[in-house]
Amino acid sequence: MVPPAEFGSYYGRPVLKRPVWKPLDIAGYLFLGGLAGGSSVLAAGAGASGHGALARPLQVGAFGAISLSLVALVHDLGRPGRFLNMLRVVKPTSPMSIGSWLLSGYAPLAGAAAASALSGRLPRVGRAAGAGAALLGPAVCTYTAVLISDTAVPTWHDGHRELPFVFGGSAVSAAAGLGLLAAPVAQNGPARRAAAFGAALEIGATRLMTRRLGLSAEPLHTGRPGRLMRAAELLTGLGTALALGAGHRDRRVAAAAGAALLAGSAALRFGVFLGGVRSAEDPKYTVLPQRERLDAEHRAAG
Amino acid sequence: MAECHPVGFQWVMEAKARGAKVVHVDPRFTRTSALADLHVPLRAGSDIAFLGGIVNHVLRQEKYFREYVVAYTNAPVVLREDFRDTEDLDGLFSGFDPEARTYDPATWQYRGLEVQAASGQRDEQYERRTESMGRGEAHGSGGAPIGEEEPERDETLTHPRCVFQVLKRHYARYTPELVERVCGVPQDVFRQVCELVTENSGRERTTAFAYAVGWTQHTVGAQYIRTAAVLQLLLGNIGRPGGGILALRGHASIQGSTDIPTLFNLLPGYIPMPYAHPDETLDSFVKAEAAHKGYWGEMRSYLVSLLKAYWGEAAQPENDFRFDYLPRLTGSHSTYETVLAQREGTCRGYFLFGENPAVGSADTKLQRLGMANLDWLVVRDFSLIESATWWKDGPEIASGELRTADIGTEVFFLPAAAHTEKDGSFTNTQRMLQWHHAAVEPAGEARSDLWFTFHLGRIIREKLAASTEEMDRPLLDLVWDYPTRGPLDEPDAEAVLAEINGRDARGRPLSSYTQLKDDGSTACGCWIYCGVRADGVNQAARRKPGAEQDWVAKEWGWAWPANRRILYNRASADPQGRPWSERKALVWWDAEAGRWTGHDVPDFPVDRAPSYRPPPGARAADALSGVDPFVMQADGKGWLFAPAGLTDGPLPTHYEPQDSPFDNALYGRQRNPVRHLMPSLPDNRYQPSGSEPGSEVFPYVATTYRLTEHHTAGGMSRWQPYLAELQPEMFCEVSPGLAAERGLEHLGWATVVTARGVIEARVLVTDRMVPLRVQGRTLHQVGLPYHWGPNGCTTGDAANELLHLSLDPNVHIQEAKAMACDIRPGRRPRGAAAVELVREYCRRAGITERTGTEP
Amino acid sequence: MGFFTDTSVCIGCKACEVACKEWNAIPEDGLELTGMSYDNTGGLGADTWRHVAFIEQSRPPGGVWTVADHGRVDVFAEAQRLGRPAGDGERIAPVAPEGRTELRWLMSSDVCKHCTRAGCLDVCPTGALFRTEFGTVVVQQDVCNGCGYCVPACPYGVIDQRPDDGRVWKCTMCYDRLGSGLEPACAKACPTDSIRFGPLEELREQAAERVRVLQEAGVEGARLYGHDPQDGVGGDGAFFLLLDEPEVYGLPPRPVVTTRDLPAMWRRAALAAVTVAAGVAACCLRRAR
Ligand SMILES: Nc1nc2c(c(=O)[nH]1)N[C@H]1C(S)=C(S)[C@@H](COP(=O)(O)OP(=O)(O)OC[C@H]3O[C@@H](n4cnc5c(=O)[nH]c(N)nc54)[C@H](O)[C@@H]3O)O[C@H]1N2
Ligand SMILES: Nc1nc2c(c(=O)[nH]1)N[C@H]1C(S)=C(S)[C@@H](COP(=O)(O)OP(=O)(O)OC[C@H]3O[C@@H](n4cnc5c(=O)[nH]c(N)nc54)[C@H](O)[C@@H]3O)O[C@H]1N2
Ligand code: SF4
Ligand code: SF4
Ligand code: SF4
Ligand code: SF4
Ligand code: SF4
Ligand SMILES: [Mo]
Repeated sequence: MVPPAEFGSYYGRPVLKRPVWKPLDIAGYLFLGGLAGGSSVLAAGAGASGHGALARPLQVGAFGAISLSLVALVHDLGRPGRFLNMLRVVKPTSPMSIGSWLLSGYAPLAGAAAASALSGRLPRVGRAAGAGAALLGPAVCTYTAVLISDTAVPTWHDGHRELPFVFGGSAVSAAAGLGLLAAPVAQNGPARRAAAFGAALEIGATRLMTRRLGLSAEPLHTGRPGRLMRAAELLTGLGTALALGAGHRDRRVAAAAGAALLAGSAALRFGVFLGGVRSAEDPKYTVLPQRERLDAEHRAAG
Repeated sequence: MAECHPVGFQWVMEAKARGAKVVHVDPRFTRTSALADLHVPLRAGSDIAFLGGIVNHVLRQEKYFREYVVAYTNAPVVLREDFRDTEDLDGLFSGFDPEARTYDPATWQYRGLEVQAASGQRDEQYERRTESMGRGEAHGSGGAPIGEEEPERDETLTHPRCVFQVLKRHYARYTPELVERVCGVPQDVFRQVCELVTENSGRERTTAFAYAVGWTQHTVGAQYIRTAAVLQLLLGNIGRPGGGILALRGHASIQGSTDIPTLFNLLPGYIPMPYAHPDETLDSFVKAEAAHKGYWGEMRSYLVSLLKAYWGEAAQPENDFRFDYLPRLTGSHSTYETVLAQREGTCRGYFLFGENPAVGSADTKLQRLGMANLDWLVVRDFSLIESATWWKDGPEIASGELRTADIGTEVFFLPAAAHTEKDGSFTNTQRMLQWHHAAVEPAGEARSDLWFTFHLGRIIREKLAASTEEMDRPLLDLVWDYPTRGPLDEPDAEAVLAEINGRDARGRPLSSYTQLKDDGSTACGCWIYCGVRADGVNQAARRKPGAEQDWVAKEWGWAWPANRRILYNRASADPQGRPWSERKALVWWDAEAGRWTGHDVPDFPVDRAPSYRPPPGARAADALSGVDPFVMQADGKGWLFAPAGLTDGPLPTHYEPQDSPFDNALYGRQRNPVRHLMPSLPDNRYQPSGSEPGSEVFPYVATTYRLTEHHTAGGMSRWQPYLAELQPEMFCEVSPGLAAERGLEHLGWATVVTARGVIEARVLVTDRMVPLRVQGRTLHQVGLPYHWGPNGCTTGDAANELLHLSLDPNVHIQEAKAMACDIRPGRRPRGAAAVELVREYCRRAGITERTGTEP
Repeated sequence: MGFFTDTSVCIGCKACEVACKEWNAIPEDGLELTGMSYDNTGGLGADTWRHVAFIEQSRPPGGVWTVADHGRVDVFAEAQRLGRPAGDGERIAPVAPEGRTELRWLMSSDVCKHCTRAGCLDVCPTGALFRTEFGTVVVQQDVCNGCGYCVPACPYGVIDQRPDDGRVWKCTMCYDRLGSGLEPACAKACPTDSIRFGPLEELREQAAERVRVLQEAGVEGARLYGHDPQDGVGGDGAFFLLLDEPEVYGLPPRPVVTTRDLPAMWRRAALAAVTVAAGVAACCLRRAR
């Protein structure tokens, strides 16, 4: 339905407080977390299927990404010491609490896996750690969707059904991108297929989401977030096409595809993040859907 | 009221919750209007026409409370043949002297009886009232009292010269049509108000009026209140619960500072300050100033007790109780004359205790120029207010009119202690004293005003101890023995209260002013406060919660006089002493017990039967009959017509403000003919009005006012971050129509100009400023809060730069509430250019020193 | 314990704002003239725990109340309309009878709602936000790590971060005062009892009675807001009597605590995780040659 043009507000001021998170830190965190989680999974799969040359850089990439993501998080908190407060309690109602525990479980595993992948020492331990990381990996790349959905920010919250798939897909395509960048063409098969899978999941879920959301999706279509979302779809699509087209023949094409996929995933996270911020800044996105719901209830009540 | 008396306004809300209707009459839609049932916007400065219109409605529609009016007011009294009304003389009353610009009130008196006023200008009758006294008699009992017999009355109210008929004629032309033309109040709205007021008055119901400076700050301010008094008397709303005229006061104890006055023309308890008359004695003074009948008949006892409180042993019968020690007045010595005296150099030193005239007083420029011409200036305040820093950063320094180096004034700044840091009492609008105890010692060098005054007096007396000069005697003979305590030698505030309460010859605290004697056996610092420390107990400190006592709550604090909560409450009962109605019962006559009783303390001789009629020759309280509820009045009646006490006429009459874009639609006289007009100086020019050429240069009406968030001249609010952030900038309020007419942008800047000055303010465009139709054209009004000045956390131009010094002739208050002005977009010019802009406006309006000065 | 704020008796004196800042020693936050009627505070935030909203409305007699926003008026366009013959369309007195515009000035003191189901509290990863013995929601400043999660989680846009140290601040319902048997500073200071403090059940009864009275008196638009324990946040610990739609006061019309959907979110996330795992596994089925 088309929302009424004019609506009541207090001098056009936002009803919600704009998220105080710094975009670079938190959108970056979303991207890196996804990259890490996705990479661990793909690495494990690749390892198991004998694509060692693909697995190794992914293990290292996973650990690198997760470390960077933690740096971003701590930077946003201000003081490193403050991260420890996160581990005071375990709170199922707080995705950030769960996420913190998840990461504190995941990061060491990813670290161990990466260490052994780099040094080639203790391969058994490395494999075990890698398997562990791969086990947590999917959660690492989808929980961030819950993290932002579990707020009052209209676009983020209303998208909570599809967002985990969007982020999951985006994480896989990012990991695939990393794989395509790092692995020799002979070994990048899983990455190319993962790219296709990730892209399909990401783009499909995103379209589903925006269609379902209606007004709450508007910020994802317009302005800077809109441009980022379009870029994301373009880059991811392009990356996938390249990967499938010539990624198995030409190292340069594979690398280009990888870069495109990584960029696409990053663009998506920034797009979603900034779109959410905009939806919080404009009272329209808070008031109109709630007003509709209220009026519906009144009609129901008769 | 919600804006400026928010805590008091809770009671209006309570009344509203119980079904009371609230009407708000104000040029602007304010926070009060928001909570009122009806808001009536009117042109600033036109209330006498508005209220007079209601008076006319009440008289024509016969809505007055006849029984009350006949028995308790002077409506039946017949006036002198030679009285002439403004209807006869086109805006003048009889007795006008154009040279002196004053009235001789002789012809306003009752026929055959000379009465003295309970307050106001009592000295104007001095010559006449004392002429019967040869010099020889001066020390005797005084000459024959004037007019002993009752005045001639016509209880049918039909005698052509009885007050009632005079009143009717006086207001006959104040019709709804006229109200609409003069005030800009549509007739249907006006009728709505008339109905609300009359329907809610009578036996069963009462209506109250609340006002503050929206009514007083006019060249006819006192007469505004008089109009309300006339109306309330006609409706029988005085002396009864839920009735009355509530003067919402100003500073926390401004009521106290009129009871025990900081005013030049009053002694404590509203005893007039003597004027300089040759060979004036205590007797001639009392004879001239005191009423013959009623409680003012005892003025001698009050005054002698006061003189005993001042000069103790030195005050003896043989030396007239040192009546000669009292200073004498030679005319008006209001703050504005003082400023002129400063400019002329006759006033050389100035104390500012809790006042910020560089922002708060009219024509602030003149205030600063005056202070710049002093030898010394002492400012006692919390912070460095504008009145303490004008010599280095005032507007005149910026404009180059003053150079710091050239200013000879030695300025002393002494930090003052706040009310939280000292004991003392606040007297509120209900005449109720409430004691407050110091919560903390004053910080640093801050000291209480009591401390400063006491020790200053002590030191001066020590310095003069050896003096043999006559002129030093009053100081040296003063009783100045207050005990001090604590590390700071703080005088004991309760010792001062004890002196105010008074003591008998044996030093025992008095409990009522009826105990005061004129033989020097009692001492009392303020007769109306006598009893505040009855039985040596600080009655003002009582704090019994309302829930634990009846609705009158007599045990919370202490109200003067005699802890009465409603004045003149004898009027709450009918002439036979029965409550007018059970619903409105307050006090009544108990025949068995032979005394007055009820919820409140009866404001009447407690054993005086309603049937009592005074024997011939009775005087003072004994002369009050059983049906004279207005015990302070010389005739015991409520005055619809004021035969004495007012300088500008016995009946309120509509005159235009000093500076007005409109002609007086009622009379040939444009302005109050006897307004207190300060000389027209280069920095105090008056503007052409109405059809006078040049008045079109100032086409709008500006009014100044307060915001809840700030306090007066800002010393107590502009320095407070928590208040400053709530109203962070000087602004002006204008209607969308005016904004369009003058191209003023919301939140942009505007410049406001009068013949006195120019200021700038941010613009708030709001529907709350309502354009009015006045005399057939659209009038836009400009709203200006007056809290800002150059110092503090939030700064801005002071609205008082715009004001003139044409004052009310009775109370000498400035006309801050209505003045013609111009408004234009943009910021004001800086420095000398600002002064030039004002001059240019004066030139364009053809203003000379004669403009606006005609009587 | 909680608040019932009856905006129909609020006189906009802002005593509540000042009392709150004084008692809690909150820093002054800006000397900005907003042009939003007499509201120069703007809204609730880390340094404003009480906020009095001012809304100027006008309407033709019997019409609907509309907010005039003079910030957007084009004065020159306005000027065109001037000089019309007397009266017509000209806004004269803001009192009922025909041809004139009615004015209404709404004032309302806003505060943290101390939600029964508080988003801020639910999402707080450190436990800094907690539910007190009075049923109120309070931040423990020594525990808060400035993660800022509670900020977007609040459906009323109440809690906010202080830029300087990143920690978040909001109304504590004067936790310290309640502890020593005193009523909150804002309620204490309110001259007209617009802010009533007490046990929620009692307040809800008083509120219901008050709306009834107002509606009988013909005050249009009188309604309660946040009083219903069945609503999206399980009822507000601070609820209101409003005279217009909530959004006019800057309040969300139908807020829902975000964590109501959290289980669904976790389920979807788990499903997505499985999808990812399975998908990637599938991509790796073919062994390298
Ligand atoms: N918050 C706060 N409270 C205060 C003070 C303060 O500065 N701030 N000051 C204290 C002091 S000293 C005093 S004296 C009192 C004053 O209390 P008020 O008299 O209430 O104060 P004002 O705002 O000056 O004037 C009241 C109203 O008079 C209106 N008005 C102007 N001209 C006219 C007119 O011609 N007719 C009518 N009917 N109304 C008119 C103004 O629009 C204004 O709304 O307040 C006291 N209380
Ligand atoms: N245009 C315009 N002008 C007006 C008015 C108006 O309505 N419009 N209103 C007029 C009215 S009603 C008034 S009352 C005046 C007020 O005008 P002022 O009295 O000049 O202004 P205030 O700011 O009240 O000054 C009081 C000062 O006393 C200080 N103070 C407070 N307590 C104490 C104390 O215990 N001891 C000492 N020593 N100092 C103390 C405060 O800090 C403050 O600076 O303004 C008048 N001027
Ligand atoms: S400041 Fe004092 S006098 Fe003024 S309203 Fe508040 S309590 Fe009353
Ligand atoms: S209103 Fe916001 S800050 Fe207050 S308790 Fe509810 S969610 Fe928390
Ligand atoms: S900012 Fe502080 S209070 Fe808010 S969620 Fe994080 S830790 Fe909890
Ligand atoms: S309850 Fe206390 S903290 Fe909360 S708004 Fe009121 S005064 Fe401020
Ligand atoms: S103190 Fe009470 S009346 Fe004043 S603004 Fe706050 S809620 Fe309204
Ligand atoms: Mo005042």
